[in-house]
Amino acid sequence: MNHKRFKPDRDVVEWDGPTVRYDLFKEVTVCFVIVLILTAGFAAIFGSPDDPAITLKSWSNADPVDFVQTAITELDGTSGTAGYGPPYNSTSGVSQTIGPVSLESLAGVGVPINTANDFVIDPLLTLPNAPAVDAAIASFQSAAPAKQAQWEAAFEKVAATATFNGHLQLKPGPYGPVGVVMRQLLAMARSGALDGALTSGGQLYSTNSTKPLLFIADGSYLGNVATAYNLSGAPPQWGMMNETGNYPGQAWLWLYTFWYRVPPMSNSSSGDAEVWAIMMLLTLLLMLVPFIPGLRSIPRLTRVYRLIWRRHYREG
Amino acid sequence: MTSTPPTTTRTEAVLATERPTWTGRFRSRAERSFPPEKLLPDRQPAYVSSWIYVFGALTLGAFGVVLLSGAVLAVEGPAWWHVSRVGLYVNSLHLWSTELFFFFMVIHLWGKFFMAAWRGRRRATWITGVLAFLMSIATAFTGYLSQQNFSSEWISTSAKDGINATGAGAFWNVLDFGQMLLWHVLLLPLVVGAVIAFHVLLVRRRGVVPPFAAASTVVSEPYETALLPSAAPAGPAHDDFGPEVPHNEEAP
Repeated sequence: MNHKRFKPDRDVVEWDGPTVRYDLFKEVTVCFVIVLILTAGFAAIFGSPDDPAITLKSWSNADPVDFVQTAITELDGTSGTAGYGPPYNSTSGVSQTIGPVSLESLAGVGVPINTANDFVIDPLLTLPNAPAVDAAIASFQSAAPAKQAQWEAAFEKVAATATFNGHLQLKPGPYGPVGVVMRQLLAMARSGALDGALTSGGQLYSTNSTKPLLFIADGSYLGNVATAYNLSGAPPQWGMMNETGNYPGQAWLWLYTFWYRVPPMSNSSSGDAEVWAIMMLLTLLLMLVPFIPGLRSIPRLTRVYRLIWRRHYREG
Repeated sequence: MTSTPPTTTRTEAVLATERPTWTGRFRSRAERSFPPEKLLPDRQPAYVSSWIYVFGALTLGAFGVVLLSGAVLAVEGPAWWHVSRVGLYVNSLHLWSTELFFFFMVIHLWGKFFMAAWRGRRRATWITGVLAFLMSIATAFTGYLSQQNFSSEWISTSAKDGINATGAGAFWNVLDFGQMLLWHVLLLPLVVGAVIAFHVLLVRRRGVVPPFAAASTVVSEPYETALLPSAAPAGPAHDDFGPEVPHNEEAP
């Protein structure tokens, strides 16, 4: 026989006192009906938000200059996605780490994205009867990497001061075929054809929205719209728990988003990995409360239970 | 002339020499763990008299409404609620039942925390409850990603960095609408439903945790002598996870 000491935060004296009538089915049924009524009421009064998503078409029509300034970074490999690292590409030195460990590097490039080909070149090659575009792409692709970089840098410089008044207004510069490529990509986006090319990859059926979302997220327009919806923040993960309009959103994520505001996570290059590590640790603690001395004593020491079982203690 | 023994006796003799089947073992264990009066009780201890106890059933009720409204959305397809007023209302039902589900669940969780509801070999009940909470968060998250509107666009492009930092982004792509939708309508609800079912079965098996004993009964003596004779359990108890152990031989 084991002589374990009775620990009030672990053990109980099982109840052999009086019992009362109880109807399990009735309780669950009544609760279901109450929730159904509450839900129907909330849904009728408050509804739910459904603001349309930004598309490449709506972005390039609303802010064509931002679109072009983003598109050139996709071509020259300086966009957020192009330099992201795993899981999109193998850019070195950018993976987030916890100490010496980088989980995203260990997981590898699971969703390979080549922004120049996937966002710019390949969609343009799907355009029918576009000899000028084909020639510009052929000229670009046949040039030496150094020449390509020179054209791209020249275009990026003039794109910074570009305007749009029905047509993209660019200062002259030594950007070679890149000017044609960018103008045609803008036209393709404004027509809506780029959305289809990135989503479906030339197939009839598609449900993968990865490429257009990454392209759109690389621009400034998405963030500006999110700010207008009061969804943004610094860092933007704070807005992750919200949705458009005055709705509760995912309020249960408050602790997760909270850590993004706390140093050193708020200004760390590995902030996401650090926040996740903290949340995994806290989750483990919550799950293992029954096994952790001190933590499992909190209910007994705070005596909130006396409020819950006040009738029991009053009647002694 | 010798008489043939009764058939029943012969059958019993054969059965006695046979190894029990998996089915037989499962049935025996289920019968031991869940006698009808424990599985579907119509009486409960007198100390169960607080509104806090209702929040578990309210959570179950909300889960039912979430499943029903989600099923209607699934029947009509993901594009329906964007173009139909009825569809938008059903989507609103799905949204608000989810909000209520989490509201009730969190109150239930903190209520159980302050009852120290893991006491008396109810640790697995607590753990499965926390697991249900976590899996529900994942399910709701994929739902927000599957809305095909600005909210899901913003949430997915913001959330990808956190998911990618864990390494999960290499195979669980929050930007892939099709993948998130299937996780939301099939895989995660199955997991949440199974965990909740297991959690409820554990509650039924172990019962509702009793109040903290009055100070006079909590003594610093070996556990077996600390139990009052009248309060000691009559037979062997079962640990949450299955193996039968004497009531006072709990692992530390």
